[in-house]
Amino acid sequence: MANNVLIYAEQMGGKFRPTAFEAVCQGKKIAQELGGEAIAVGIGSGIEDPASLGQYGADKVIVVDNEKLKDFTVDAYGKAFADVAGNNDPAVVLMSATYQGKDLGGYVSAALDAPIAADCTEWLVQDGKIQVKRPTYAGKAYVSIGFTGDVSVISIRPKVFALDEPDASKSANVENQDAAFSDSDFRSIVKEIIAKAGGKIDVSEADIIVSGGRGMKGPENFNILEEMAELLGAAVGASRTVVDEGWREHADQVGQTGKVVSPKLYIACGISGAIQHLAGMRTSKCIVAINKDPDAPIFNIADYGIVGDLFQVVPAMTAELKKVLGS
Amino acid sequence: MNIVVCVKRVPDTETKIKIGGDGKDIDPAGVEYVINPFDEFAVEEAIQIKEKSGEGEISILSLGTTDAQVIMRKAYAMGAEKGTHLSDDSANPDNLAVAKSLAAQLKEMSFDMVLFGKQAVDDDSAAVAVQVAKLLDIPIVTRIIKLDISDGKATVERESDAGKEILEVALPAAFAAEKGLNEPRYPKLMDIMKAKKKPLDQKEAQMDAAKMEILKMEYPPERPPGKIVGEGAEAVPELVNLLKNEAKMI
Repeated sequence: MANNVLIYAEQMGGKFRPTAFEAVCQGKKIAQELGGEAIAVGIGSGIEDPASLGQYGADKVIVVDNEKLKDFTVDAYGKAFADVAGNNDPAVVLMSATYQGKDLGGYVSAALDAPIAADCTEWLVQDGKIQVKRPTYAGKAYVSIGFTGDVSVISIRPKVFALDEPDASKSANVENQDAAFSDSDFRSIVKEIIAKAGGKIDVSEADIIVSGGRGMKGPENFNILEEMAELLGAAVGASRTVVDEGWREHADQVGQTGKVVSPKLYIACGISGAIQHLAGMRTSKCIVAINKDPDAPIFNIADYGIVGDLFQVVPAMTAELKKVLGS
Repeated sequence: MNIVVCVKRVPDTETKIKIGGDGKDIDPAGVEYVINPFDEFAVEEAIQIKEKSGEGEISILSLGTTDAQVIMRKAYAMGAEKGTHLSDDSANPDNLAVAKSLAAQLKEMSFDMVLFGKQAVDDDSAAVAVQVAKLLDIPIVTRIIKLDISDGKATVERESDAGKEILEVALPAAFAAEKGLNEPRYPKLMDIMKAKKKPLDQKEAQMDAAKMEILKMEYPPERPPGKIVGEGAEAVPELVNLLKNEAKMI
């Protein structure tokens, strides 16, 4: 009876991403409850130190390392992952719901003839089967889902599950596998990657986000948020209005038509709190709102709020943080 | 260039959600239903491609109850010419079953491209487009913000964690539209009237049994009530103090 958990460990430039560790960590816990093994899968080119996934709980790591896999395409990575899945008879296939994870999840779901529960925020094992909870309707409702087929494919929302401290004494067995690619796996080719401005933390990976809305009044004012963000090691996010106006890039947009984020701390500056924005940040652990409108809906969801002019409050916060953090 | 665009009827994103009597789905009373916003980008893109090339057919495909036809007519009003409604009242939660149903219909159609929106704003799974592409054995690129066709190939642009990517894709292929791909047009009254006369086929959806079930639906956990720390810059020291010592966030 299959009881293994197969885990996609996402890498970028050969290095595993934090979401890969999150996925391995959860995959191990699920495997323990199912009585099976946690098998991590790394796909790419020049993957570094796959054995280190053992520190997060992987019992085994399967690596498909091929020059042709330097850039992600769902067809090629999907084929590689589906082949590994086909050879390992998993009960659960797990990945983090990143851009890659969402693509891969759909492909693997079809390849294994099993539906996918995507972007899950909770899981439990009952009677030897996994059940999950996931947000729907932009997080306005959560559904609990059970699986009735042989294989359960799930993706977990990034940064929702706490990451255990890695156990440096552990190291996983690594097995290299070839994928039997054919030309049809490369009908999509990445021609060019225009790299993001260097040093910018991505909102979906950040532990702290300082985010600006319409109240920022213009692109030139975002420097006050960037100053605070630098102090906190934070990413700078943006509401949809701000992106639609062209003040900030879509990659920074938090919200239903942007990114869904779940940082430890979300500081919303001049953001009113429209439903579609809340959809993107309501699972943040701590929410701070700064807005001059005391009736702004964002205050209904914020843990702490200051009613006031952000052009005075934000610099004051930066100054206070400098004092308190001692930098 | 024949293009099929898959569209879904979904609640408007402004809707306040109420959980219905069976505790497993929303109460539809008072809900305004619209064409999935991301699907609108897909429809608009198909129409722009046709306007540029001057030839080809745009077909709309939608799976759901008869109400799906209202949504299809909206796509017709934007400029699509025909379509197929796969009739299904089951509200099957199994996304792969839905994908198989769409793929079975697509296999009977001739297309150079299948377009989707990147996700449906009710379910938010972003699964069906990729599942359908895999079932049809065609390549797919999701979240595209630019699409150009020439010499039987598509060149697309999208955001990724590395930055912006440009990919070249052999046709036939599928694409899932991201916001920013285009600005969907507002149909004029005349287009809406014409849309009523365009052909719309209805057939029974071939639907597999679900391998996934909804156990229950519930509201998000209540956040404990927050506090307004104060007004203006004066409140800042207290806020920072709370973030450090109470919330332990910094």
